[in-house]
Amino acid sequence: MANTGLIRENQLSLHQQRQRAAFWFLAPMLVALFCVAAWPLLRTVWFSFTDTSLNDLYGGKWIGFDNYLRVQTLSNGAVRYKGTLVDPNWWNAVWNTVRFSVVSVLFETILGLIVALVLNAEFKGRGLVRAAILIPWAIPTIVSAKMWAWMLNDQYGIINDMALRLGLITEKMAWTANTDTAMYAVLMVDVWKTTPFMALLCLAGLQMVPRDIYEAAKIDGIHPVKVFFKITLPLIRPALMVAVIFRMLDALRVFDLIYVLTPNSAATKTMSVISRENLIDFDKFAYGSAQSTLLFVILAVFVGLYIWLGKVDLSGESGK
Amino acid sequence: MSFGFKGRALRSAAVLAIVGALGTPAMADEIFYVSGAVGNAVENFANLVKPWEEATGHKVTMVPMPASTTDQFGQYRLWLAAGAADIDLYQTDVIWAPQLADHFLDLTEVAKDLAPTHFPSIIQSQTVNGKLVALPIFTDAPALYYRKDLLEKYGVAVPKTWAELTVAAQAVQDGERAAGKGDFWGFVWQGNAYEGLTCNALEWIKSFGGGQIVEADGSISVNNPKAAAALDTVKGWVGTISPEGVLAYQEEEARGVWQTGNAAFMRNWPYAYGLGNGADSAVKDLFGVTTLPVGAEGDTSAATLGGWNVAVSKYSKHPDAAISLAMYLAGPEAQKQRAIAESNLPTIVALYDDADIAAAQPIIPQWKDVFLNAVPRPSAPTLGKYNEVSSKFWSAVHATLSGDGTAADNLAGLEADLTELKGDAW
Repeated sequence: MANTGLIRENQLSLHQQRQRAAFWFLAPMLVALFCVAAWPLLRTVWFSFTDTSLNDLYGGKWIGFDNYLRVQTLSNGAVRYKGTLVDPNWWNAVWNTVRFSVVSVLFETILGLIVALVLNAEFKGRGLVRAAILIPWAIPTIVSAKMWAWMLNDQYGIINDMALRLGLITEKMAWTANTDTAMYAVLMVDVWKTTPFMALLCLAGLQMVPRDIYEAAKIDGIHPVKVFFKITLPLIRPALMVAVIFRMLDALRVFDLIYVLTPNSAATKTMSVISRENLIDFDKFAYGSAQSTLLFVILAVFVGLYIWLGKVDLSGESGK
Repeated sequence: MSFGFKGRALRSAAVLAIVGALGTPAMADEIFYVSGAVGNAVENFANLVKPWEEATGHKVTMVPMPASTTDQFGQYRLWLAAGAADIDLYQTDVIWAPQLADHFLDLTEVAKDLAPTHFPSIIQSQTVNGKLVALPIFTDAPALYYRKDLLEKYGVAVPKTWAELTVAAQAVQDGERAAGKGDFWGFVWQGNAYEGLTCNALEWIKSFGGGQIVEADGSISVNNPKAAAALDTVKGWVGTISPEGVLAYQEEEARGVWQTGNAAFMRNWPYAYGLGNGADSAVKDLFGVTTLPVGAEGDTSAATLGGWNVAVSKYSKHPDAAISLAMYLAGPEAQKQRAIAESNLPTIVALYDDADIAAAQPIIPQWKDVFLNAVPRPSAPTLGKYNEVSSKFWSAVHATLSGDGTAADNLAGLEADLTELKGDAW
């Protein structure tokens, strides 16, 4: 009795010790996260309820929700609404961002999956190809965006030159200047850049799939397309869902690519770009903070919905 | 402390040795000067400041920034708002003074002898509520660059109106293309959606008699038929005498097409004059410069007043050395060097009669008239809201030129936006 009591005491203290050790190991990260993520975020939210200007960061006064929505009564008695929530430029940016995110993530997922399937097959020099395909992802965005800006240049750009020689276009196109093609140009560069990332995540998922299932399917003579949809896709779905959520978060706050390629075009201006413009260029720091806060809220809602819908779907499948 | 007396003595000896080795800290300051990198400004900077470095013993490092003034402004404002002490001197655009005045030292007192030698209008533009925010180092007024050889070849006169320019550019372009130069264009300018488009569009509208967006008294004048006619004319150029890509061009893209010999006309600032006559230029000695065309006979030519200044950050740790450098850069010696090496227009009146400058850059004395008729952008009446006014203006113009709505509709929309932005007062 006394013996077991002693052991339990020891175990408990060991458990407690572990907890304490874990806490101390985590503490630096928590402090760092608070300093670099939570604190700036809270400050931005606070700024959005004030009239702070960039020339006087500490002199802002609390003005409530005025940056988001306020009612103005004009001298002639007419009433109008002002603020980010009724700003057409803001909603244009939201729409641009959503369009950009959905289209780019869709293409990146499909292309990434195809690349991953190819890389998952056994062939000579696979290691080399796997490393090579990561290059676009490894180049800093600012560099690749500038590189593409030159490639897409209307007069000296290599894209125009190749397309002309191949007879795809009859005259040189101004890809980034034309409002019709600006979004396509941006999308193309983003897909080029981020497909490797998706391919990598998909490949990780593919390698988790046990080989013997494929062997069984082969013995049963199942068509490869059916194998893909009935075996591969359901099995890599969890990995795919995580990959998509990562990309979606990234795409919704896209900034650098658009800032370099088409900085002031209303056709491609995203939420991050427009909030930076207000924060810094227009001396509307509080208004820009309100837009940043909204960006955060929209992102949170998106992710929440995605996880929630994803789960509903999952439980539906497991109930079958 | 276990080191006791010995340890302390050693440490103070070390401190003494360090102070002794470095001398008085104020003797050799390292000054950081930030500026946009256009043309050969970066290459020339070392030569420009060498006499000052030798005279004072200080050292200057230039921090180059992107050429777009809009990009520079964003970065500078961020640094200044954070009170960054890393940069001592800022090269500022003529339109920034009212927006950044709080962050710069007042130079009225130190420059009381130098300032009166400059053009009074430029000193005025850099004075905010009686505080001289920045000292002018060069001024800018764009002009029309034309290919003498090609105009002669096709028998066209130097155009006086925009209509003549359209015809001349088309004639030269058709001729050159028929001769096998498939990439040849009539006229290149700056159509990207940025501050430069505001400059270009202000010139078109003003020279058509359509006012200057926001007048000096603060009234919004941009929505008028003459302004719409100006934009319609320009829209006709895109895809005909100007490449469609001109809507993504800034100064350096336009100069790229021009200096490789692929354009008959170009609208650009004086810096392109010296570079165009450089050894590696395909148009060396083949071009001339004239005032920008007008809308119709009787209208006056308009060139947007540009220009750059040097301001001393109030967060600088070496204000004395920084002010000394600012005075040097704004003074006659540096302005003359800049005029000769970079074809930048001086802001000191007397330098327009300088024989050395006239010999090296014969165009500069003639440019005095262009510059004296220059139109300021509405940064003075619109104060802190200027950037937003300019952005709304260039967006409306860019939309019109890219075929997104008619000029009349976009200008009406712009007027409504500006009225709302103005509120009761700018």
